[in-house]
This record gives sequence, C-alpha cells and structure tokens, in this order.
Amino acid sequence: MYLTKEEEAILNGEKGEVYEKVFRLLVRLGDIYGADRMIPVGSVQVAGVSYKSIGDPGRDFLEDFAEKGAKVKVLTFLNPAGMDMENWRELGFPADFAKNQIRIMNAFKKMGIVVTATCTPYLAGNLPRFGEHIAWSESSAVSFSNSVIGARTNREGGPSALAAALCGVTPNYGLHLDENRKPNIVINVDADLRSNSDFGALGYYIGKLVKNKIPYFKGIKNANTDNLKALGAAMAASGAVALYHVENLTPEAGFMETKGLESIDVTDKEIRETYEKLNTGEDVDIVILGCPHASLREIAEVAEKLKGKKLVKPLWICTSKAMKETATLMGYRDIIEKAGGKIVSDTCMVVSPIERMGFKTTGVNSGKAANYLPGFCKQNVVFNSIDELIKGVTDER
Amino acid sequence: MKGRMISPGKVEGEAIVSSEPIGFYGGIDAKTGIVIEKGHELEGKCVKDKILVFPYGKGSTVGSYVIYGLKMNGVAPKAIINKETETIVATGVILAGIPCVDKIDIENIKTGDKLRVDADNGIVEKL
Repeated sequence: MYLTKEEEAILNGEKGEVYEKVFRLLVRLGDIYGADRMIPVGSVQVAGVSYKSIGDPGRDFLEDFAEKGAKVKVLTFLNPAGMDMENWRELGFPADFAKNQIRIMNAFKKMGIVVTATCTPYLAGNLPRFGEHIAWSESSAVSFSNSVIGARTNREGGPSALAAALCGVTPNYGLHLDENRKPNIVINVDADLRSNSDFGALGYYIGKLVKNKIPYFKGIKNANTDNLKALGAAMAASGAVALYHVENLTPEAGFMETKGLESIDVTDKEIRETYEKLNTGEDVDIVILGCPHASLREIAEVAEKLKGKKLVKPLWICTSKAMKETATLMGYRDIIEKAGGKIVSDTCMVVSPIERMGFKTTGVNSGKAANYLPGFCKQNVVFNSIDELIKGVTDER
Repeated sequence: MKGRMISPGKVEGEAIVSSEPIGFYGGIDAKTGIVIEKGHELEGKCVKDKILVFPYGKGSTVGSYVIYGLKMNGVAPKAIINKETETIVATGVILAGIPCVDKIDIENIKTGDKLRVDADNGIVEKL
C-alpha cells in the first residue's frame, strides 16, 4: 500500500502512541482488503456506542483513548446509545446501566465527537454529498448514504471508524471504488407498496435472499426517503446489503448496466408471507417506532393519528435529538405525550436493554427491528403498519 | 515459518493451539484470560502469557475490545498466530499492541511447543 511521507511518520510513532496504533489499524485493514492508498473522508459515524453492546472492555478502551488526548479530525457523529441520554430515569432505564453509558458518552465528547447518537446522521446535521468518501458504521446509515445519497462508504466497525475519524482518512477499497458499486442481481417488484412496513417487508425478504449482493430494483414507481430508509435498513439487517439501486429513483441507478444479470420477482404474495413470518407475538406490551430513527414527517404522522386519543399501552418513537427538538417546536411532542406516548432520543429498541424493563412483546413497523428484537432483546414481535399498530393500542372512547 | 506481520513485536513463549476459530466476545473472559465458550476445545484453559495459535477469529466485532481488555488486565497472550487474521482480531491486536503474525501453517504447531515470534519480520520459529 502506498503511504505518503507524512503517513509513514505517523506509523513510526512521530505523532504519539494513539495515532500510531489507529493508523496501523487502517494500514493493516487496507492490506487485508487490498487497498492501494489512503483517501480523505468527509465525515465519520462511529458505532459501538451502547454499553449493552461494548460492555466494560469497550468503555475502558474509549476512556483510555480520550485520556491520552485523542481528537477527531473530521465531523463525527455516533450510532445510537443504549438509552435516552436526558430522560433515562423517567423511561425506566436501569441506573447501573446509565452510569456506564454516561461514561462512554463523556469519553466520546472528550475526543471531539458530536454526541448526537443516531442511525440517521443525514437527518440530524451530518449530510455527505454525492460521491463523497466517508467512513460510517451503522448498517442502515451505510446503506442510505451509499444508495440514496450516492456517497461512498464501507461498513466500518467501531474501532476502524474511530481510527478514520482520528486520522481523517480511510483505506481505498470496497465500495469506495467504481467497479465494486455495480449491481449483480435484479429485483423485479410487482407489488403494492404503501407503508414503511411494506418497504420493510420487501427489504427483509430480499436481504435474506441476496445476502451481501448489490440489488437493482425495477418496478418501484415511487418512494420517499422514509420508504427507502426502511427498505435499506431491513436489507442490511436480514442480509448484509450495503448498497442498492432503484431504477429512476437513486442517483447511480442510471449509470448501471443490468443486462444479463440474474433476477428475482417479488409480488404481493411474498410481501404478505413476509408479514406472516415476522409476526411472532400477539398482544403487545409496547409499541416502538423509529427504526431507523424517525424523520420529522414520521413523527408528524404519528401525532396526527394520536390526536385526541389515549394509549392503553406504552408507545415510543425513537429519533435523533434534532428531530425531537423540532417535534417539540411544532407541538407534535405535546400531542404524543398527552396520548401517553413518548419521543425517545439517542437510542432505539435494538440497542437498549428493553428485555430488562419488563417488555416481552414489542410492536414495530420496521423490518430491521423485527429481524433483531427476538435475538438481541428476547422479544416476541408484532410487525405491522403504524396505522394498525396504533389501532391496537388506543382506546377511542 | 514465514508469514505476514499484522502487529509488531518480538517474543518467546509456549504455544496454546486451537484448531477451531475463536470468538473473543463471550468466548474468553477479559478479566481472567480463561476460555469460557461452552464446548470449545480450549474451554477452561488460560491464554495468559501464552502464544495463542488459531485459524481465525469469529463472532461479534466487540471481540476487538475484549482482546484490548485482556491486555489492560494483564492476562493477554504474549502473541497471536493465525492462518488468516480477519478484521476483528487485527483490530484487537493492533489496538492492544499484541504481536501478531498470520499466513502461517498452524497445523505444524502443537500445544506446548516453544516458539520465538518475530512479528516485525513475520517470522515464527520453533525452539
């Protein structure tokens, strides 16, 4: 791998122990994946934030780096944490868990990382441009930035993203290169996709089938960014899809050749069967929306449906702090809270310890959440559209 | 034997060999260095101060932090030798500063063998 004189100097320890280590990590990962050189990144999103995922070893590692003076070079955001950083007490998060989560966030802040913890950085103030090289971690954010924005990132692990943030570069391999962004399977969609849960079901079904391939969708006539967010998140969770193209909708689709590729047909039947497969429970203990983190449009939609109603079960909408602020400003939060729901920021149902909070069956509209909740949080799942989920937990007297 | 340097350093020590992959997260206790994965061929064995030899890592990416935790707690192996180091182990040994070499025919190494590892040059010798 070609290294500049400056980069060689970092490797020889001239910038100190921390930078030598993290740069060595980038060089070695570059070697393993056949990178020719380092390329500058415009922004970073670091995963491995929740205390539930990284535990004491991760916490100690991050505190040690922060203590030694590590500082990020580029705009860096975080993946969701294990709890709402403001209202964790009120929401019932365990105090021992909170203590450790706060230590982790303080270590990140000390390194100059923006402690906005979200899987939708592109909605919260970290928006890359088309073609920009970035180093992001969270699988749905990686999928959205690659596919919908046309930025370029591999799916980084926590430490490799942190290394990219500290050094401002990433090894040039994988999805940073034109030749690796071409589709290798066509998905012909002939189905009526109305809600985010329909797009989530489609994503879940396709992700299982194509694993880590790059699908090219035909037949999706219209989809807004919320629909695409749901589609990409589910494909990244049930498979390992980090990039997809949608004919006439996503920015690189028009440059791609699909002649001669293997193809899969999807109809309403497969979507319906996926709904059936994802439903493993009946009576929900809680409804959790916002996987990936809800956009303002999604929060407004929930507020509209909850206006003047009372919830008989808890309902959370997970989102970024930025969206929560705007939802508060617009009165959406007030409507949701009057109905008995909560807007929860900085975390989500997948990375928070909901299994320790007395919930056994969770209602979701996300194919990604439906994929992870049984394993990560020991939950039964009710998978449906927001409309149906809300009907099931409101008392319309 | 000549392989590839993953993380630098020179050490001598006794080999502990696993023919199965190792998942560090949930597989090795970061406080004691004891292998805790149920049914693993090294279950109950301690990796502290040994030269740990296995084909490649498996499991959660949080395993990198466990390797780092082993080092911080003073129970890390002296070196790691792999057939093929994947990103979880590479990340862990580099952050922890544990010498590591890969692309070695690990079938030729047995538990108890005395080894000299010159990771800087990717060399592993039996003593």
